[in-house]
Amino acid sequence: MFGLEKKDLRLLLIVVALVVLAPFILNPFPVGSDLAQFNAGYPDLMQRFVIFGIFAIGFNILFGLTGYLSFGHAAFLGVGSYAAVWMFKLLSMNVLPAIFLAVVIAGIFSLAIGYIALRRSGIYFSILTLAFAQMMFAIAYSDLIGNFLRTSITGGETGLQPKVSDPRILDAVVSSGQTPTAGLFGVEMRDSYVWNLGDWVFTFNFGYYFAGLIMVISFYLSIRIFRSPFGMMLRAIKSNQTRMSYTGLNAKPYTLAAFVISGMYAGLAGGLLVAMDTQAGAERMFWTASGEVVLMTILGGAGTLIGPVLGAGFIKYFENIISKINSTILHQWFAWLPDGLEDFIVAVIYPFVGKGWHLTLGLVFMLVVIFLPGGLVQGGQKFAGLFRRKKSKDAKDGATTPAE
Amino acid sequence: MSKSNFSRRGVLKTGAIAGAGLALPTYLRADAHTGFTNAPGDSEVILGFNVPQTGPYADEGLDELRAYQLAVEHLNGGGDGGMLNTFSSKELDGTGILGREVKYVTGDTQTKSDAARASARSMIEKDGAIMITGGSSSGVAVAVQALCQEAGVIFMAGLTHSNDTTGKDKRANGFRHFFNSYMSGAALAPVLAANYGTDRKAYHLTADYNWGYTTEEAVKSSTEALGWETVSAVKTPLTQTDFSSYIAPVLNSGADVLVLNHYGGNMVNSLTNAVQFGLRDAEVNGKNFEIIVPLYSRLMAKGAGANVKGIFGSTNWHWSLQDEGSKAFVQSFGTKYGFPPSQAAHTTYVQTLLYADAVTRAGSFNPCAVAEALEGFEFDGLGNGKTLYRADDHQCFKDVLVVKGKENPENEFDLLEIVEVTPVDQVTYEPDHPQFAGGSLGTCNPGA
Repeated sequence: MFGLEKKDLRLLLIVVALVVLAPFILNPFPVGSDLAQFNAGYPDLMQRFVIFGIFAIGFNILFGLTGYLSFGHAAFLGVGSYAAVWMFKLLSMNVLPAIFLAVVIAGIFSLAIGYIALRRSGIYFSILTLAFAQMMFAIAYSDLIGNFLRTSITGGETGLQPKVSDPRILDAVVSSGQTPTAGLFGVEMRDSYVWNLGDWVFTFNFGYYFAGLIMVISFYLSIRIFRSPFGMMLRAIKSNQTRMSYTGLNAKPYTLAAFVISGMYAGLAGGLLVAMDTQAGAERMFWTASGEVVLMTILGGAGTLIGPVLGAGFIKYFENIISKINSTILHQWFAWLPDGLEDFIVAVIYPFVGKGWHLTLGLVFMLVVIFLPGGLVQGGQKFAGLFRRKKSKDAKDGATTPAE
Repeated sequence: MSKSNFSRRGVLKTGAIAGAGLALPTYLRADAHTGFTNAPGDSEVILGFNVPQTGPYADEGLDELRAYQLAVEHLNGGGDGGMLNTFSSKELDGTGILGREVKYVTGDTQTKSDAARASARSMIEKDGAIMITGGSSSGVAVAVQALCQEAGVIFMAGLTHSNDTTGKDKRANGFRHFFNSYMSGAALAPVLAANYGTDRKAYHLTADYNWGYTTEEAVKSSTEALGWETVSAVKTPLTQTDFSSYIAPVLNSGADVLVLNHYGGNMVNSLTNAVQFGLRDAEVNGKNFEIIVPLYSRLMAKGAGANVKGIFGSTNWHWSLQDEGSKAFVQSFGTKYGFPPSQAAHTTYVQTLLYADAVTRAGSFNPCAVAEALEGFEFDGLGNGKTLYRADDHQCFKDVLVVKGKENPENEFDLLEIVEVTPVDQVTYEPDHPQFAGGSLGTCNPGA
């Protein structure tokens, strides 16, 4: 079905199921319980999961298949965001034109940058992309182009957001001075249906399902690219580019195409981010944001299909949930211990939560790289293997296959 | 493999449970009836404190957080009550807000607009916060204020000094107690003229972002109105830590005053560099070279150490004020934490009280009712004398303090002395003043 092999189809269906059921899966704890802290099923974070999933899927097409490590992909995400906000400001609060323009503009930028950066490979390529991304960050953060033209393009440090007074030529005038909100033909992205089931609260957010649908489509496209002759070419580049050129194949058009495709995925993610939360700031283009997507991909499993999505979810969960645990909450958890012991345990755990979440993430990353070079996906396969061996030996986990 | 054994009883049971589950939302969905976002239950109400806990403004952020915790304690009837006792409005009685116990959640803005918005969204969507407050940077305040407007909750701005927060980026759901760049300029200019004369040439170093621009503009226009001349205005990157290359050209420019439109760590570094370059001992045009810092805070003065001695600036509030409100606040803050509060702590404490009071007077948590209660509200006893929350732009109007780095500090907190309390009339402006033009409040948004 859909031109997919059986195991790929199964993987796609798993992703679809995860996306559809996320409000339940991410909210396993009843509201009001101590563990409610770990619930992640609120619209903002669910949207981030799928959007950064898209970002990582796209990055994986470049890094996982060709092995070219770009350190500047956040720049394309940022460009997409700015393009989308300008569509909101000038054309309409409908998200479709905004996302379309975000993809197109990010494609143009990645074509230009890729054309130059891909003249080199290895570390030089990485440094070139990093340099371009930092230049674009500086331009956006200080609004250099805007200043030069005596207007405002990126809004500088404050960022760019739609205002009541924007033209929006396709939309009706916003009634009674309300701030306009992004939507799709009348349905707002922030619209949610809240289902109270006893002590549990499940939120079904329109924006999330919209982004989720786009994520599933992106995932499907990525499977098709992985399994296509084009994908095979990209893998060939990764395994031995020199041999490939000796056989008379020019690798450059393939790498450039992969670079532009992954840039467009980043632009799509940037556009979606703005569609969910109509503000574009320059920080999302900073080099740490570029590093984050590299982490996501490697953590999940570079070159695997579902790995980047898992990695993205993992990192965003840490960033939003673990970072919220402060010392007051820790004391609540361990209040049942004797006082001295409680203080001791809190003192031991505290550096790893709250603003120390980077430390925990770093440790997890180290463990994964050392013990599971194939990322979380490899961990999953090993785990599944433990149970499978007894039944049948040849039934390979359909979850995924590494690129090499 | 699976062995199914449906019994009639089992099927009926499952059906009944599923039916009940599906029917629940129709009458348990509280916010469908109340008509606004995150309507609190009967026992508690949740406020969201969104402050920088990491990054360049972390000092201010952590002090804000202390003040918030103190405010919550006082609202719930704990401690000595602080400014509840001196506040001119007597609605708050230490039983929480409208009889609900005040709970809070905290978040880290990292002094980044994106991170601040993500943090605020999670407070609104996950924790059910009815009001968001905090911020120690104008960029963040503007971004979060816009978010709160869209989401339909009230935003009580913390330390944000840029004109834009209640100027071109003002929003109907956002309120600011802190003063702004224009007020700094208007309060400083007469004092500067009296001390340094009206024939001066100024050189500006300006932090390259929203707040820097409006402060530069405000100081420029109010000093130029007194006869000063602006020689040059140079933008410096916000992330700059060494300002030597920016200070070096100052002496050769013919300027005899340096205005540092910097805040936090930026100001500490640039002032230290300026002093190292001997600017304070220099003589230009037959006059002593002077340095001015438009926005001062005690935390900055502490960072810059002895370099701040004799340097003029303005501030929203200072702990050495002797009115009843300030004394009560310093007393309870000092008892709890062991040192006096900063102006950031003061403004956030006051904002929390003002919100609680407005809810009580309105008799509802509905953001539109709260906004109406705050608009045009006149109050006293919160440390700044008589204050007005102007309805046109949601900006507080009150006296502004002009301060100077103290020559002989008695202890590590006694770093600034108050030179003049500029009366409110002198810093009041029309809502459509050119420095604030270009925005509109819109109408309040109650959300759901």
